Amino acid sequence: MEQKSAKGWLYLIPAILFLGAFMVYPLIDVFVYSFEEGYNSASQTFFGTGVYNYSYILHDPYFLQAVKNTFILVIATVPLSTLIALGISYGLSSIKPLRELYQTVFFLPYVTNTLAVGLVFMILFRKTPYTDGLVNLILGKFGVSPIDFIDGPYWAKMLVLCFYTIWVVLPFKILILTSALASVSEEYYSAAKIDGTRPFRIFRKITLPMISPMLFYLIITGFIGAFKAYSDAVALFGTNLNAAEMNTIVGYVYDMLYGDSGGYPSYASAAAIVLFAIVLTITCINLMISKKHVHY
Amino acid sequence: MMKVVLQNVTKIFPAKGRSSQGTVAAKDLAFEIPDGELIALLGPSGCGKSTTLNLICGLQKPTSGRIFFGDDDVTDLPPENRGVGLVFQNYALYPHLSVMDNIIFPLGNLRGKDRMSKSEMHEKAHEIAKLVQIDELMDRKPAELSGGQQQRVAIARALVKMPKVLLLDEPLSNLDARLRLQTREEIKRIQRETGITTVFVTHDQDEAMSISDRIIVMKAGVVQQIGKPQEVYDSPANLFVANFLGTPPINVFSAEIKGGSLYIGEDCVLKTESARDGEVWAAIRPEGFVLCEDGPFCCSFGGLEVMGRDISVVSSNENSVNPTVRSIISAENKVDLSSKTVRFSLKPNKVFLFDKKTEERIAFGC
Amino acid sequence: MNRDIIRSEKAAKTRGVIRTAIIYIILTVWAIVVLFPFYWMILTSVKEYASYNSEYVPKFFTLTPTLENYSSAFTSVPLARYFINTVIFTVLTTGLMLIVIIPAAFAFSRLEFKGRDAVFTLFLSLMMIPNELVVITNYTTITNLDLRNTFTGLILPSVTSVFYIYLLKENFSQIPDELYYAAKVDGTRDLKYLFRVMMPICRPTIVTITILKIIECWNSYVWPRLVTDDQNYFLVSNGIQEIRENGFGRENIPAMMAAVVVISAPLIILFLIFRKKIMEGVARGGTKG
Repeated sequence: MEQKSAKGWLYLIPAILFLGAFMVYPLIDVFVYSFEEGYNSASQTFFGTGVYNYSYILHDPYFLQAVKNTFILVIATVPLSTLIALGISYGLSSIKPLRELYQTVFFLPYVTNTLAVGLVFMILFRKTPYTDGLVNLILGKFGVSPIDFIDGPYWAKMLVLCFYTIWVVLPFKILILTSALASVSEEYYSAAKIDGTRPFRIFRKITLPMISPMLFYLIITGFIGAFKAYSDAVALFGTNLNAAEMNTIVGYVYDMLYGDSGGYPSYASAAAIVLFAIVLTITCINLMISKKHVHY
Repeated sequence: MMKVVLQNVTKIFPAKGRSSQGTVAAKDLAFEIPDGELIALLGPSGCGKSTTLNLICGLQKPTSGRIFFGDDDVTDLPPENRGVGLVFQNYALYPHLSVMDNIIFPLGNLRGKDRMSKSEMHEKAHEIAKLVQIDELMDRKPAELSGGQQQRVAIARALVKMPKVLLLDEPLSNLDARLRLQTREEIKRIQRETGITTVFVTHDQDEAMSISDRIIVMKAGVVQQIGKPQEVYDSPANLFVANFLGTPPINVFSAEIKGGSLYIGEDCVLKTESARDGEVWAAIRPEGFVLCEDGPFCCSFGGLEVMGRDISVVSSNENSVNPTVRSIISAENKVDLSSKTVRFSLKPNKVFLFDKKTEERIAFGC
Repeated sequence: MNRDIIRSEKAAKTRGVIRTAIIYIILTVWAIVVLFPFYWMILTSVKEYASYNSEYVPKFFTLTPTLENYSSAFTSVPLARYFINTVIFTVLTTGLMLIVIIPAAFAFSRLEFKGRDAVFTLFLSLMMIPNELVVITNYTTITNLDLRNTFTGLILPSVTSVFYIYLLKENFSQIPDELYYAAKVDGTRDLKYLFRVMMPICRPTIVTITILKIIECWNSYVWPRLVTDDQNYFLVSNGIQEIRENGFGRENIPAMMAAVVVISAPLIILFLIFRKKIMEGVARGGTKG
């Protein structure tokens, strides 16, 4: 028995070492950091402990800007992307020819490098002295005067960011919802059809309740993912997000840690923990709502 | 080849919860399996027969007691050092390996002086495959085989390293009825040809009766009776064994012995010379009834079930434990379908009496 | 009356056709939205620098495709370097991950020992910890260990994935116990059982996990950005950012797009080959990042 125990642990050693060093220890450490005031990363000293770091970031306009951006992004993209994904998956599940082709195409963004394709989006939306960019060209046909979506007004930049975010997150949602829809037994539909139920009513009364667990899973993970948005913004607006007014909370954390404004792990830790608290709260609220509405 | 001896083997599974006691899966097992015999461990599910098998093969260690193969104490040996072959209920074939690779898999584990070359292994595998008649299927994958064929592969894999003891856990329960009959003949033949001491677990008394040299009937971890199939059938040690063996099942009545006679209700059905007076269980095999117009035992007639060779007379009696009394008579008998009652006389050697409390057999001279 | 039925049937049929047509139109519109950036990046990458810059109104095709941009993508910025770095990073990280997670999943699913369930619960709870929370300390750790701008520093914190341990453990657990007992009775050692039986049976899952990890590695941006500032250790994501901010001297968009094509191609090819496996794997619960 003793020997058997030892063997089990032996197999776990690599995993435990890696997780211990790069997850458990950092997790504890980040809380410690966030309460150490005036930490100096060069000398590794600090003045005292307290909540000063939290108070600092909560008064930092850049942080507040980041929080605002993140919330706008979350509120705009999560419901919208879920709805679009639902529509597209529903469309996919009700056609036969070309279905696989469409599925493959829709999944493509998942396997592409966010940074690389972001660059393409930037070019499509950007207005430079040489060209108004393709998007403006198309908008021009509808009588809209050219807007610089990359270096222009705040709302325009936010619009592009939301659009790109939706473009990036949609493949995953479409995939999950398509397989959820496929798992609804054909018999329910046949039964409903015999009763003369109209398509929309079938969708509302049968399909939606049946896929509601997956839908809520997507909404929850969607919230978590959107709160952690960062590289999409970098892809569009470059690394200096504070200057572009397009920073996100995660971006703020990294900026505090590294780069031109970096070197403040304590502030970064405090910001990360604030983010974690927000995500945790939202997830709990989501779970509470889903308990009420999800039909299993 | 080896005999297998269990000496007071007990297996207690520790309790999962904090309050309850452990589960006794096998209690004080003490029996000997003679060399070269085919033994059936028979009992309802949860009676400890699979545990017994696992104890013999070494997948589980007994809480107390010793297990011997021949003269060697194997109680503390791990399964691989006992030289046992094991066939599982669902065969446990490796799905990704071909039949050939499945069969030689155990040989690949041999080390030291027993180590075999590839060609030796293949030769050995072919030899065994021929024995179980699957030598045409060596390149197939398990998923491409029928249930019966998978069963044979499993047996071949268990036999390939020439085990001293072959253990089969419910080997036929995943086969359909026709295949089951065929396969049990097959198992018997293979066992005869190899002469390996074989233990197989089953809950099907028909199966146990038809192929084994000896039956061990178990209930709740305790051995009820050991004997040749016919002996156990003809002379059950207690009510449980009588109930468990035989199809259609034995008919049990609440009865009483008064002054050297057995009464079921008002009917004095049999002379019992040596038994003491008192309440008893009377169990009568279906074939123990003889249709007889002035017979002593009266039941209300329920109907007939024609089974070809025989007729099963379905009737009822208020003293019967079961709702119906089933008797088997030859098809040549004429039964009056309009009558409300049916009368029988009984064959004394098909009637067993059991103590009302202990349910142990009570002998009565006849 | 009969005519009424026929008419209403006809109407229903027409409605069905219209509905299907609308569905196809919507799907096609989104397909264009998805594909257009890819088309545009390939198109731009084969346009001549001069002609691209002279297009105030961008053209949707080019009659004089050129591969010059690709050669300049490889010569004027160290794209090949980024590329090789990413390959090294991806291969080592994925390999190391497999070495770590397979024994762990095996121990959790097959071996019985004291504290197993407690440790597994702990592992599961780690799944909820966002990466952003631990990155800060990891960054400090790697900096203090002087591992910035090394592959060691890049790889080590990227190795573990609790989620994949969980996924594999679930798959391992589905293998019937009898197989293990059968192997045990035959004297099979645990390690042989793992390699000869469990891993072949669960190969689809292992392949899926490997591909998902490759995608994750290839696209990783945040961690490499934190621990590398030497271009010799940049991965493609950082490379592309570097190219955007400082590369190609002036705004050479066609060359930039050529680089983007080169960077995106491997994963898209991998996806087209393993399309079914990847989509299945992701559907089983993989999330990006």
